[in-house]
Amino acid sequence: MLAVDYFRNINFNSAILEKKLSELKPGEAGVIQNFSDEEIKLKLMEMGCIPGETVLMERVAPLGDPMAIKVAGYQLSLRKNEAETVWVSTL
Amino acid sequence: MSEVVLKVALVGNPNSGKSTLFNVLTGLNQKVANFPGVTVEKHVGFFSLRNAFEGVDYKVELTDLPGIYSLYPKTLDEQIPYKVLTDPQDPSFPNRIIVIADASNLKRSLFLCSQIIDLKIPVVLVLNMMDLAVHKGLLPDVKKLEQALGIKVIPAIVRQKTGIEEIKKAVLHTIPLPESDIMPATTLAPELIQEIKQSFPVKSDYAAYLLAGNYDKVDISFVGNEGKQKLDMLLQKHQFSQKTMQATETLERYKTISVLLKSCVSEPASVRKSLTRTVDNLVTHRIWGYGIFLAILFVIFQFIFNVAQFPMDFIDGTFADFSQKVSELLPKGVLNDLIVNGILAGLGGIIIFVPQIALLFLFITILEDTGYMARVSFIMDKLLRPFGLNGRSVIPLMSGVACAVPAILATRTIQSWKERIVTIMVTPLMSCSARLPVYTLLISLVIPRYYVFGFINSQGLVMMLMYLIGFVAAIFSAWLFKMFVKAKQRDFFIMELPVYRLPRWKNIFFVIFDKVKIFLFDAGKIIIAISIVLWFLSSRGPGKDYAETEKLYEAKAELPETTQDELNQLQAQKLEHSYAGWTGKIIEPAIKPLGFDWKIGIALVTSFAAREVFVGTMSTIYSVGSEGENLPIREKMMAEKRPDGTPLYTLAVGISLMLFYAFAMQCMSTLAVVKRETGTWKWPIIQFVYMSALAWVSSFAAFQLLS
Repeated sequence: MLAVDYFRNINFNSAILEKKLSELKPGEAGVIQNFSDEEIKLKLMEMGCIPGETVLMERVAPLGDPMAIKVAGYQLSLRKNEAETVWVSTL
Repeated sequence: MSEVVLKVALVGNPNSGKSTLFNVLTGLNQKVANFPGVTVEKHVGFFSLRNAFEGVDYKVELTDLPGIYSLYPKTLDEQIPYKVLTDPQDPSFPNRIIVIADASNLKRSLFLCSQIIDLKIPVVLVLNMMDLAVHKGLLPDVKKLEQALGIKVIPAIVRQKTGIEEIKKAVLHTIPLPESDIMPATTLAPELIQEIKQSFPVKSDYAAYLLAGNYDKVDISFVGNEGKQKLDMLLQKHQFSQKTMQATETLERYKTISVLLKSCVSEPASVRKSLTRTVDNLVTHRIWGYGIFLAILFVIFQFIFNVAQFPMDFIDGTFADFSQKVSELLPKGVLNDLIVNGILAGLGGIIIFVPQIALLFLFITILEDTGYMARVSFIMDKLLRPFGLNGRSVIPLMSGVACAVPAILATRTIQSWKERIVTIMVTPLMSCSARLPVYTLLISLVIPRYYVFGFINSQGLVMMLMYLIGFVAAIFSAWLFKMFVKAKQRDFFIMELPVYRLPRWKNIFFVIFDKVKIFLFDAGKIIIAISIVLWFLSSRGPGKDYAETEKLYEAKAELPETTQDELNQLQAQKLEHSYAGWTGKIIEPAIKPLGFDWKIGIALVTSFAAREVFVGTMSTIYSVGSEGENLPIREKMMAEKRPDGTPLYTLAVGISLMLFYAFAMQCMSTLAVVKRETGTWKWPIIQFVYMSALAWVSSFAAFQLLS
């Protein structure tokens, strides 16, 4: 069984709010839940964005895109449409 | 005494200090070649190690592989390390691997490292940037890490050269490989792995698994066509889904590493306010960010245009003197002419660009090395994306204002193939410094000098407009190319924003050295060849006319009473009867609608060596002599009349000619570099055709509208 499914089940039963990574405001943190794009998922996962990992929205570029997140101790930049495929939970 | 060759591969994430370690270990004893069949550079260096106990000398052949995050290759650059590490028949297949990891960023580094350990080739792990890790409050326990991973782990601060001797020693005395995998591949697909191991020369379970996971995406010539079919069959038989397996492996591996790291690294108590964040707030600010970037560009261009001028003038002068000496020393004749006007002229035309290329790369590499360039991409990406470009296209485009050659070399930092090709295709439209002398001459010829609003110099304004036109054309062409160029793979903009660091001067020196070398040797070969062709075209002619003019010229040159003016006139006649002049006349019908005559046609042909040759050719055609300054040539051109008596260089012709120089692909150095960087003649040919078409159409429109 994939861990992704495991997390999906938990969220279903609890009151944790799920949203897209792109919807986090600068300074806001979330825990990665799952991905809606297979290829972006594989690319992000090898860069350390695995389900269960906490990410912090570090900053958004002046024109609203791309954005930079803090994950696993470093800063990663990704485009907004890429961040839209990542689902995170916030408390 | 025997010497044993030890092949060692250097692997690591980008920004882990890989090239610094490579330079420290090999010093100047390194060379750059291409990996077979691709344009990815292969850096190989050598150093010796002595095993005192065995009395054996080892010659280490160290290959610096492009930075990767995993053994799942996506870009061309990532396929190279994958192939070298997994194809036992690859000439660089290593006996040992050095994995370099950023100790302050261990989780992601260990992901790659654990994959490599599972390949079962002896591995040494270098924990680089220990100072940074300690500063961050991370304290990796080296002994525990060694136990957990089953390999030798060496803490180091490579840029301060600490830990280097230990790394060398560890390469020599590797410890036996651990029996078990860090992430047992057999749990992913037990039967499939067994069957692959029986049929293919793979060294480990994990290598067998990777063969199944990547075989259709990479070069696996070592298994042959039959092997590929067999893999197809095996994957179907075991219902192996590559993507699911990759996701599972990644997840499981990270889980294992998280557990392992908990016992080996103490977590920092609190996150400190880092310098990187403070700087980032400034350089990605919506006003300051762009302001700082513009200021940096301003400084760079001041250097490229003003400071580079001194060495360029020096090279120009030296070459002129040298050519003069050679032409006097060698006996007169064809050989003398070929060497002086063909080879030396071509060589001078290449070397003159070295100062600009070196300076440009000095700045680009400093910006790249400090981590600032990633932020420029970050703030520019959204602006450039609608045009099919990428945040990383900024630097090539801006560099194009100096010279398209280094600019195209600078596109390597663009990971997406499509965006890189688009950038390469449009960069030569930016007004390079070779167009400057052409614009200067033509503007002084056709634009009257007066002040707009009392203080703006009209000629300067037109010059600025020419630069603007180049930029607009580049952006617009990019937008067109976006629709026609097909992406080879999906484009991502997922990249690390590295922490800021001081530039590593030694690395910068090596990069500059490399780029200059590529330009001089790879592009140089083609440039010299075309220079010789152009020399032939302008110093030989069809029929009797050329030979007779030449005889007359030589006879006159012997006579003491001949004036320089007469000689110049004969020289002009020679050019008229040469193949170049002949070509000028042949293309005259094609360029007549643009307002050009055959004399300009000659200049268009010879400009192919480099655009600034225009001025020199014009001097010869109007028999000013090569010593002629701008002033006399300008007056001669002003006095030039059409057969019907009207002046030739009207505003319409001047504008038409300037537009032609703005758009036409008249630079063989650029074409040579595009061929080198894209690997085929396809792209330089497309570039030549579209730019020539653009030049013709816009010159035609300008001339017809203005006259």
